[in-house]
Amino acid sequence: MSFWRRFARNLGAMVGLAILALVALMAVLAPVLFPFSPWEMRGIPFMPPGEAGFLLGSDSLGRDVAAGIAHGALVSFLVGGVSTVAALLLGVTLGALAGYAGGWVDDAIMRFTEFFQTIPSFVLAVVLVAIFTPSIASIVVSIAIVSWPPVTRVVRAEFLSLRSREFVQAAEVLGRGRIAIMVTEILPNALSPIIVLASLMVATAILLESSLSFLGLGDPNLMSWGFMIGSGRSVIRIAWWMSVFPGIAIFLTVLALNLVGEGLNDALNPRLARRRGIVVT
Amino acid sequence: MMTEARKAATSALGRRTLLAASAAAPALMTLGEARAQGVAPRRGGVLNTIITPEPPVLILGVNNQGPTLIVASKIYQGLLTVTPSLDPAPDLAKSWTRSDDGLTYTFALQEGVKWHDGRDFTSEDVIFSIMKFHMEVNPRARAILQRIDKAEAPDAHTVRFTLKAPFEPFLLIFDVTACAMVPKHIYDGTDFRNNPANATPIGTGPFKFAEWQRGNFIRMVRNEQYWKPNQPYLDGITWRIVPDSQSRALALQTGQVQMTTSNDIEPFDVPRFQQQPNLTVALNGWEYFSPLSWIEINNRLDNLKDPRFRRAMAHAVDRNFIAQRLWFGVGKPATGPIASTTRFHDPSVQMPAFNPREANAILDGMGLRPNAQGVRASIKLMQIPYGEVWNRLSEYLRQAMRQVGIEVTLESTDVAGWVRRLAAWEFETTINFVYQWGDPTLGVERTYVTSNIQKVAFTNTAGYSNPEVDRLFEAARNAAQAEERRRLFSEAQKKIVEDMPLVWLMELAFPTIHDKRLNNVIRTGTGVHASFDDVFLSA
Repeated sequence: MSFWRRFARNLGAMVGLAILALVALMAVLAPVLFPFSPWEMRGIPFMPPGEAGFLLGSDSLGRDVAAGIAHGALVSFLVGGVSTVAALLLGVTLGALAGYAGGWVDDAIMRFTEFFQTIPSFVLAVVLVAIFTPSIASIVVSIAIVSWPPVTRVVRAEFLSLRSREFVQAAEVLGRGRIAIMVTEILPNALSPIIVLASLMVATAILLESSLSFLGLGDPNLMSWGFMIGSGRSVIRIAWWMSVFPGIAIFLTVLALNLVGEGLNDALNPRLARRRGIVVT
Repeated sequence: MMTEARKAATSALGRRTLLAASAAAPALMTLGEARAQGVAPRRGGVLNTIITPEPPVLILGVNNQGPTLIVASKIYQGLLTVTPSLDPAPDLAKSWTRSDDGLTYTFALQEGVKWHDGRDFTSEDVIFSIMKFHMEVNPRARAILQRIDKAEAPDAHTVRFTLKAPFEPFLLIFDVTACAMVPKHIYDGTDFRNNPANATPIGTGPFKFAEWQRGNFIRMVRNEQYWKPNQPYLDGITWRIVPDSQSRALALQTGQVQMTTSNDIEPFDVPRFQQQPNLTVALNGWEYFSPLSWIEINNRLDNLKDPRFRRAMAHAVDRNFIAQRLWFGVGKPATGPIASTTRFHDPSVQMPAFNPREANAILDGMGLRPNAQGVRASIKLMQIPYGEVWNRLSEYLRQAMRQVGIEVTLESTDVAGWVRRLAAWEFETTINFVYQWGDPTLGVERTYVTSNIQKVAFTNTAGYSNPEVDRLFEAARNAAQAEERRRLFSEAQKKIVEDMPLVWLMELAFPTIHDKRLNNVIRTGTGVHASFDDVFLSA
């Protein structure tokens, strides 16, 4: 059975994919739907949804909440995507090295990884962003720094089990270089858990970025969902729509990413799918 | 509450002689007066209120942060206090005179005043507090106290200060928030900052320190030996420490506390409390401090060093919008460098009004043409990390500047980083606000004179320099007569508004919200920093 058919059989995954597609479409179309800055004060503050031309209401400065959500989608995806790629680069490299080389290299890398795993990731992210002053770059770097250790562990485990297989031994006998074996022989066979993990990491990254912005540690020049909730929280008695709609946006996006991640997991590991409830993390 | 006649009796520091007659015209309502108005004070009841953030210590002078001033002003007293129009009024000094040459000030002290430990308060304590205690620990007071040539105590209830040169605003520094009286018998010859007695403050005020559970509450009880007969009316005051702003709002709403002050309630919650029938929202009582906020502009940098550019920035900002939409009417739009509640404010001097078209014209005239995105120039704005409403302000300013083609990039910092960068001149623009202390010489001059361009926060960090302004401030500082000073300050205000070294935004106010049954809360120009000896809870 092909991968796609296995994936399509999973209803949750398809719903997740549809939501993701919608959010992505919104992010792409934001400059067309709302051809103005989301910071622009376009009308009377605190307008409820549907009034005075504001689909989802206006905030305390008369900014359009709907425009903020649409433009914020791009920021969320950007932060989620870039930080995940950065974390993968670091995590896969270290995990592959540890798993393939073994011995003291493995020990050293794994102790280093455990050192990072013992620090609560959100606290570390807050500290890093606070030290490097909040900007889009420091946020992406911080999220990447706190999210690579699980990748290293998963990749190491895969490499450990794969490196003693016959095809790897064959390649070694043929005299291929170590790096070539790691990249062209083992890595492609270890990809499926990495893909699943990556989809979940994007969701975590979006949540982390929102939490940082909520605490006022976001990039002050970029409209993001977490920032919108943070700035709406104090006036929730006057204007509930300022925090509820961006909250729904985060909820749906993160939920969709998780559904897709689980669908990928089932589709890529057909044997696991039969024993539901086990998720690779 | 003061009648016009009384105002006249106490008006103007510039009066040659303010005789004992003024003792009959305190800012406080007399008992008879109160009865006549049908609000006879009632004894009893404890006032529950809030203080945010928790003060580190309650010794005035050793610590002069806002919360310390509010709490400790119930324990300590000054020689004088100030009326809402910033004239001196008696406190521990019942009357005072000024010699014709403006050099000698003689204070007659109240009699029968006792410290909380039972010792008599005498002129020795006054001389010690001023010449030793505050001279050492209190940098702001020191700058003025150094002008004293001689301090003498002819008898136990008279103090005489002789100045090196006339200093017209001299009487303004005797308020408890600037120069509180501390007991000589406890502090003399000790390390003032680390005296173990700092944990149990001893003052002359209407309330005695009773208990302090760190992080929880500070409790004060009635001073039974207070020198005003039958006062204070309250049995005590309990200051609760509530770090979360929504919990504070809830405590006020449910009546757990009967009063909030200063920053306790966020501006966006104020309209809600204004509608609550059992509460009073007062915005006065900050005249002595008159905090003024502005866009601090680094006058050394390109574009920003051009007065035309700064003038265009001023034209771009709608200060009414800021006052109404961001501060919800708490405070009012600024008009210039001297707040309207400060002495010598000149109402005829007006800073550039909101007019984006004019701003565009000025920038066109400077040759700053908009590019394809409509951007003429880019500047950075370092956000002031004082909470949400200030973040909204920077976001508003970014949009307002963008309207006239100035692209603003926001930079966020924490409190320590903000102070450090401000002090080191490492900013293009930021937002700042400072207290004006009632008189331009005391609180305004420091921001504009060349001699105060220092790598220290809250000096002339903008780097503005105009020899003419320097000369005017110096002349006004040394002029003996109020009329002469008024003329000089008017001229200085005109010159400063021409140069627009900063873009003034708001005359800030802080809401005092209290139960309607709590009477006499704000009677002076220092509001909730008064002693509260006449505050009472009606039934």
